[in-house]
Amino acid sequence: MEIKQIKVTVNGEPRVVEVEPRLLCVHMLREVLGLTGTHLGCDTTSCGACTVLLDGLPVKSCTLFGIQTDGHELTTVEGLGWPSELHPVQEGFREEHGLQCGFCTPGMMLTAAALLEDTPNPTDDDIRWAISGNLCRCTGYQNIINSVQWAARKMEAVHGR
Amino acid sequence: MYPSRFHYEAPSSIDEALQLLSVYQGEAKVLSGGMSLIPLMKLRFASPSAIIDVNNIPGLDDLFEDGGQLRIGALVRNRAIIRSDVVRARYPLMTSVAPQIADPLVRGRSTLVGSLCHCDPQGDWGAVMLALEGEVIAVSSSGERRIPVADFLLGPFQTSLRPDELAIEARVPAPSGQPFGVYHKLERKVGDFATVGVAVFLELSGRSIARAGIGLTGVGATNLKCVDAEQALIAGGLDDRTIDETAKLAAAAGNPQTDQRGSADYKRHLVHTFVVRALQAAMGREPIDIRQRRFENVASLV
Repeated sequence: MEIKQIKVTVNGEPRVVEVEPRLLCVHMLREVLGLTGTHLGCDTTSCGACTVLLDGLPVKSCTLFGIQTDGHELTTVEGLGWPSELHPVQEGFREEHGLQCGFCTPGMMLTAAALLEDTPNPTDDDIRWAISGNLCRCTGYQNIINSVQWAARKMEAVHGR
Repeated sequence: MYPSRFHYEAPSSIDEALQLLSVYQGEAKVLSGGMSLIPLMKLRFASPSAIIDVNNIPGLDDLFEDGGQLRIGALVRNRAIIRSDVVRARYPLMTSVAPQIADPLVRGRSTLVGSLCHCDPQGDWGAVMLALEGEVIAVSSSGERRIPVADFLLGPFQTSLRPDELAIEARVPAPSGQPFGVYHKLERKVGDFATVGVAVFLELSGRSIARAGIGLTGVGATNLKCVDAEQALIAGGLDDRTIDETAKLAAAAGNPQTDQRGSADYKRHLVHTFVVRALQAAMGREPIDIRQRRFENVASLV
């Protein structure tokens, strides 16, 4: 079995990980690094539950080999904020009841966080478009949109942008 | 789902990639965005013995106009195409199709050149590149080939790319007249493959048509170019009779199969409807695309 060593920055921390080339990024995160906040849903690039940020851009980690992250930066939901210092998107999901079962939530929040970096004052349609690759089977989309808008307002108030 | 085992190579130059292709002698697959290849490997429809990941090769993500052509490097993501000023200004058909492919997360990884090389009959870029008369630039140790997309797409998941060749770029002729283009796609849900897709490209000078391209998705063993319909359109110009004739010829060019997405008759009917709708829009009679109108102000068409 071919094992390769890669260097990847995960949630700001440089890590050296040994991976078999066929190991998917989602399994590397969950099973090798123990970061189980990243969920594996459909396993077919449809649902977005496994969304992580690769160099700041949302990707579906079930459709990425771990080895492809060599030399890159990954952000998972564990790196988004802390219980004592939540990311505005996390606060928004709490304030606006943006989750029901919670399975899609890590992916939704990472996609939303990337959207707000790019588009600080999104319209509802901006948000709908941005999360069109993330499925919520509780169908709680309206509250998710409200949550992202809450976060946008908070970030604008804090950063003055 | 785990793919079969494979060797992983990440060359940092085109020369190195070509060497690896010759080492693995047709047993390797090239990985760019991976949005089609990795799912195929997970389902074990594909079990290449090696993956040659070209994402570390510099220069392949260039997207620019040069010498009367738009040049799209093999690592130009759909996201970059959507966000490109030159594409938005001068390539309306590309601007129309790109946001309709898959979803924003997939578009952040997936590439135009990769889509052509994957050659899925349901793929959208094939129809667009046929309509635009694009070409694929393939390099090997024996030099460079410029392959018209019409000669590149051979059948389902089959291209004329040789095992020792690397597709490094796609090119599209720059428009000289007033370009018009739209891609109409019916999909059962957002991000799905097309039930039917129709790409229409025109270069207009007033009411007369200097160039016309019509490409189809989902109605044949590969994307199809409707040569008869294009010629009828150029000869007849934009009037109601010619539009109807063009749409009939385009519908007849396909050979759709009845499947869970719809019957063969239904798909032929869709081709006709989409061609009429596109050409009516070219005449300024109909909005280009309801969905695009709804999202035309979306800032983050990623």
